[in-house]
Parts: sequence; C-alpha cells; structure tokens
Amino acid sequence: MAATTTVPSASPIAGSRSFLRRLREGDEIARLVTFLFAASVVVVTLLLILELWQGSALARHKFGLQFFFTRVWDPIAEQFGALPFIYGTMVTATVSLVIAVPLGIGAAIFLAELAPAGLSDSLEFFIDLLAAVPSVIYGLLGVFIVVPLMRDYAQPALKKTLGFLPLFSGPAYGVGFLTAGVVLAIMVIPYIISVSREVLMSVPRDQREAALSLGSTRWESTWKVVVPFARTGILGSIFLALARALGETMAVTMVIGNTPTISASLFSPGYSIAAVIANEFTEATGDLYTQALIELGLVLFLLTFLLNGLARLLIVITSQRGGTAHA
Amino acid sequence: MRRITGAIVVTLALSMVAAVLVHAALSINGAGATFPYPVYSKWFDEYQKKNSQVQINYQSIGSGGGIKQVTEGTVDFGASDGPMNDEQLKAFQDKHGFGVLHFPTVLGADVPTYNIPGVTVALNFTPEALAGIFLGKITKWNDPAIAATNKGVNLPANDILVVHRSDGSGTTYIWTDYLSKVSDEWKSKVGKGASVNWPVGLGGKGNEGVTGQIKNAPNSIGYVELIYAASNNIPYGNVKNSSGNFVKADLASVSAAAAAAAATMPDDFRVSITNPPGKTAYPIASFTWLLIPEKFSDAAKRDAIKGFLDWMLVDGQNYAEQLSYAKLPNEVIAKEKKALAKIQ
Repeated sequence: MAATTTVPSASPIAGSRSFLRRLREGDEIARLVTFLFAASVVVVTLLLILELWQGSALARHKFGLQFFFTRVWDPIAEQFGALPFIYGTMVTATVSLVIAVPLGIGAAIFLAELAPAGLSDSLEFFIDLLAAVPSVIYGLLGVFIVVPLMRDYAQPALKKTLGFLPLFSGPAYGVGFLTAGVVLAIMVIPYIISVSREVLMSVPRDQREAALSLGSTRWESTWKVVVPFARTGILGSIFLALARALGETMAVTMVIGNTPTISASLFSPGYSIAAVIANEFTEATGDLYTQALIELGLVLFLLTFLLNGLARLLIVITSQRGGTAHA
Repeated sequence: MRRITGAIVVTLALSMVAAVLVHAALSINGAGATFPYPVYSKWFDEYQKKNSQVQINYQSIGSGGGIKQVTEGTVDFGASDGPMNDEQLKAFQDKHGFGVLHFPTVLGADVPTYNIPGVTVALNFTPEALAGIFLGKITKWNDPAIAATNKGVNLPANDILVVHRSDGSGTTYIWTDYLSKVSDEWKSKVGKGASVNWPVGLGGKGNEGVTGQIKNAPNSIGYVELIYAASNNIPYGNVKNSSGNFVKADLASVSAAAAAAAATMPDDFRVSITNPPGKTAYPIASFTWLLIPEKFSDAAKRDAIKGFLDWMLVDGQNYAEQLSYAKLPNEVIAKEKKALAKIQ
C-alpha cells in the first residue's frame, strides 16, 4: 500500500497529493488507525476459532464426528456427546423466535407507524431499558414468576387443549424447553422492537405518500409498502435476536431444567450448550472432560456461524425476489 | 502555598512508606473449593490480623479449578472438596518433580431435603431408599422402601421428582460418593464425581437453585449442603447409618463421622468418610482439603504457609463451629501436625 502511494504517478489521486502530505494532513493516519481497528475484529475472531480448535484437539480426535450424534454426556465414564445440547439450544431459540418475532414486529409497526410521536419515544425509552437488564435478572424473573405460572396455568391449559400433539405432552414441571423459550422471548423482544422501529422510521416519506395517493388505506400502505421496504433491516433485527437466544447462558440455565434429554415434548427439561459450559467448566477435571466442553464451545460457534450464513442467504434471496428491499 | 506544598510532600512520603510496607507483606495466593470459602476467608482474615506480614488471597473458583491451578503452578496452594485422584497426583508429580500434600481443614455434610404437601416431620431415609430414588427405581412417595421406615406419616401416592445440582460441585461429589458406597448398582451405572450422568431428575444451579426448585415443585427431593440448609432453615431428613441408626445431620454427628474414620486415616489424608462406622455418625459427610505442594522455592512463603497451617489446626478450628462447619477430630489434628514436616 505504502509502496504504491509514494509513487506520485501511480494513481491520479496520489499524483496530486503525496503520501507525506496526506500523512501530515491526517488522512493516511486515520485510514491506518481505523483499518487496524477493523482488522482487530477479524483477528480476534480467528484467534478465538484457533484457540477453541487447539483446546479441543483431544476430544476431537477421540470422538470425531460422533460427537455431534452421541446422546450420552457422562463425565465419569468420559463419554461425551453434543446432541442433546445442540437440540436444546436450537429448540429454545426456535420457541423464543416463534413468540418474539410476531410480538416484536407488531409492536415496532405500532410504534413507528401508528403511535403518536410522544408515546413512541417514551415507550422506546422503556424498551431500551429492557434491553439493558442483565440476564440474571431475567433468570430470577423466570424462576419466581414464569416457572410457577407455566406449571400451574399455562402447561395444564396447553395440555387440555393441544395435548394430542406430542409437543405438549408429559408431566409439567414448570421448567423445560418451553419455559426457557418464553424467558428468552421476553429477553429478545426489546432487540427486535428497537431495531425494527428504527428501520421502519427510516423508510422515506415519499414511499408512504405514494401508496396513500394511489388510494391505499393507512394499514395497506404500512403492510404492503413500508414493511416490505424495511424487510432487510427487520430480518437483521431477528437475527440479532437469534444470536442472543443461542448464546444466552444464565437465564436459560435457571429455567431449562439442566438435563441432557432429547424429547419431542416442550414440557420436558433440557439443556443448552452455553448452559452446560457455564455449569460444568469450573469443576471439570481431567483433560478429556475440559476439552469436550471446549469443543462444545466450538460447536456453538459453528452453529452461530451457520445460522448467520443462512440469514445472509435469506436476505439476498428475498431482496432479489421482492425488488422493493433496499439491500 | 508553602503549606500546601508541605502537605503534598508529607502525603507523598507517607504513601511511599505505605507502598513499601505493602510491598514488604508476603502475598500468598490460593484457589479452589467454594464450600469452605466462608471459613477460609474468616481464617485468612484473622491470621493476617495476627501476622500482618502475611497476606493470603483466596479465590473460590471451585474444587476442579483449585486442582487445575495448583497443578499448573499459578497459585501457591489449592483447595478441594474431593481428594485428588492418583492420575491427578501423577500429573502434579510429573510437572513439578515433587508431590502435593492433602491437609483436611474442616468437615461438611449433605442432607436430603424434600417438599411433600402435608408432610412436616423429618423423614427417615434408608440408604436403599435414597439410592432407589436417585436411580429412578423408586418413583412414588408411598413406595414400601420409604413407607417402612416412616410409619404414621401420610405419604402420598404421587410421583417423586428428583432435583440435583447442575453445576459441578463438591456437594455432588459427596452425595454420589455415598450412593456409590451403599449401592452397587449406583457404583456401576453412575459412579462418583463433581458432575455425573444422572439417571433421573432436574438440575438446579447451586444450593439455592436446588432449594428453589424443590420449594417450587411439590413431591420433589434433592440434596444440599448442611451449612446451607442450617443457615436458611430448610427442613431435611434423617439418614440411616451403618450401625442401623437414623441420624440427623448436625455438627456433632458429622464430627462423629470424622472421629470414626480417624483411626484408619491414611498418611496422605486422602480418605472418604461417607458411610463410616460409629453409632452416632452421620453417613453423608466429608473432609475438605487444602492442597499444599511439598516443596517451595521461596523459603519465606514456605514458612508462612506452615505457620498458617499450624495456626489453623489449633486456633483456627475454634472459628469453624460458629460458621456451621464441623471441627476436625483431635486425632486428625495430631496427625496433620506431624505431616507439616513434609513441607520443605
């Protein structure tokens, strides 16, 4: 880089202003410094992968791909499999999004399009406040309020009405996949509302006016023009929520039941990757045990990576097909 | 102006003296078990009051972490609720060229706690009943194995919900060590450890997580540390010991368990005292240990640690009971005092 810019005739821009001059004016310094900052993100990510990869060498060699398909997690017999944890992580994240996405987007549409500006701004303050609450508080809320409510009211009601589905069968302990999903939903809704609201509000005014002038109602202009226009940003907010739901540790471990099971029933207790790492890492003795936990960290990284990739793909596909999105 | 300058000079001089003093204090670092943390921090605090030169810092990061860090050599001593196994001792020996010593400090115990609507008395548990419940073989509260030792208690025909610790812990180690001793099936199927592959039940994080889960869910049973149950007024059951008596866990019955084991105490102090002999001994108890390397390159550090251990075995023991830990039996103290000579 420096080599090309010091040669005055290398490019038309560099020709008129030498490297030294640009250095003096600060442009080049700013460029270098911000480049280093940006590069540090990549470096940290790569170091993280490297560290997780090296730290799990023993477990990777011992279990190979079987690690992903084994259901047993037995620290005494040193048999380790990630399947129940992968399952628990995916199920709780899915449940949370099923609840949080309609609620969050609905609330965002109201705040951005329908509510008076004063109300919208003051509610936004509370939403940002919710997003900043530490997760252990949500966990306590889960233990003391959500779990008893689920056990005494929600789960019996679901069993009565939808009990024929395997999803809502089995004994209701209060803790389990469903409760963890509900608590996660409460935690991620602020993210969806906050980001989606911003995106919806940044849709240019003339888009709305054009729709209205063509005779559409207020709701039609919102639902058929504004929301599709903001689709990419809304999807972005959902994937931010998904990332938080996948990695959440404290609140999940307090309400999920911490039992590595794979069950079709959402009432069943389960376990997530982040929760088992937090629970067992401090007392893990023996290299294989520790390394299996580190490999779980690698699996979580992989899972997040894959889902993020899928998210990008989805955005590309929808924006090509829709044509209205501004991606 | 001059006065201010003078004040600054004096302050500076004083802070330099303070810095020198702080620097002169010998700082010793330890890490490990969380269970004895309250009494350890009391000890280190009291010991520093008497010996201002020695400052002992302790991080309660868990027994596994304590073993790991003392083996790595990142701390001067470790602490653990379960003794190091042969493999871990070998790893230490290979890394350092000398061994590591176990010093019992105080005793703790696990108690079974439960929530059965309508039952307010302390239930009597046989080892068979506890093993059966935690193996998932006894599934109803009115099972004959429980009912036979609780005549007159109206036990419901409800399903038992088992609650265990989800985080790796010394409490779980003691509980599973006991179950391994009283049940061959438990020993072969599950085994003992800080975390195990539980046949049944839900996991709660920490003593408070287990207690919370039990309070919330009717017909549940779990185990917590005696000190936690005592300080939070949590009711708990009696357990039948090897002499056939149902014993309630308290400081006296836990000390009795240690005394029973003192006679057969091995020289390296690595002993499990669950299910001990003795009429009044409570069967689910354990020592907790400090892990001290055999050799110190720094003579001042070695002397300080030896000095602390010596104090801990005599004066320190008096602080144990007020914090609900059981004291070491005299035989064990005498034996440990002899073992101090091994630290070089």
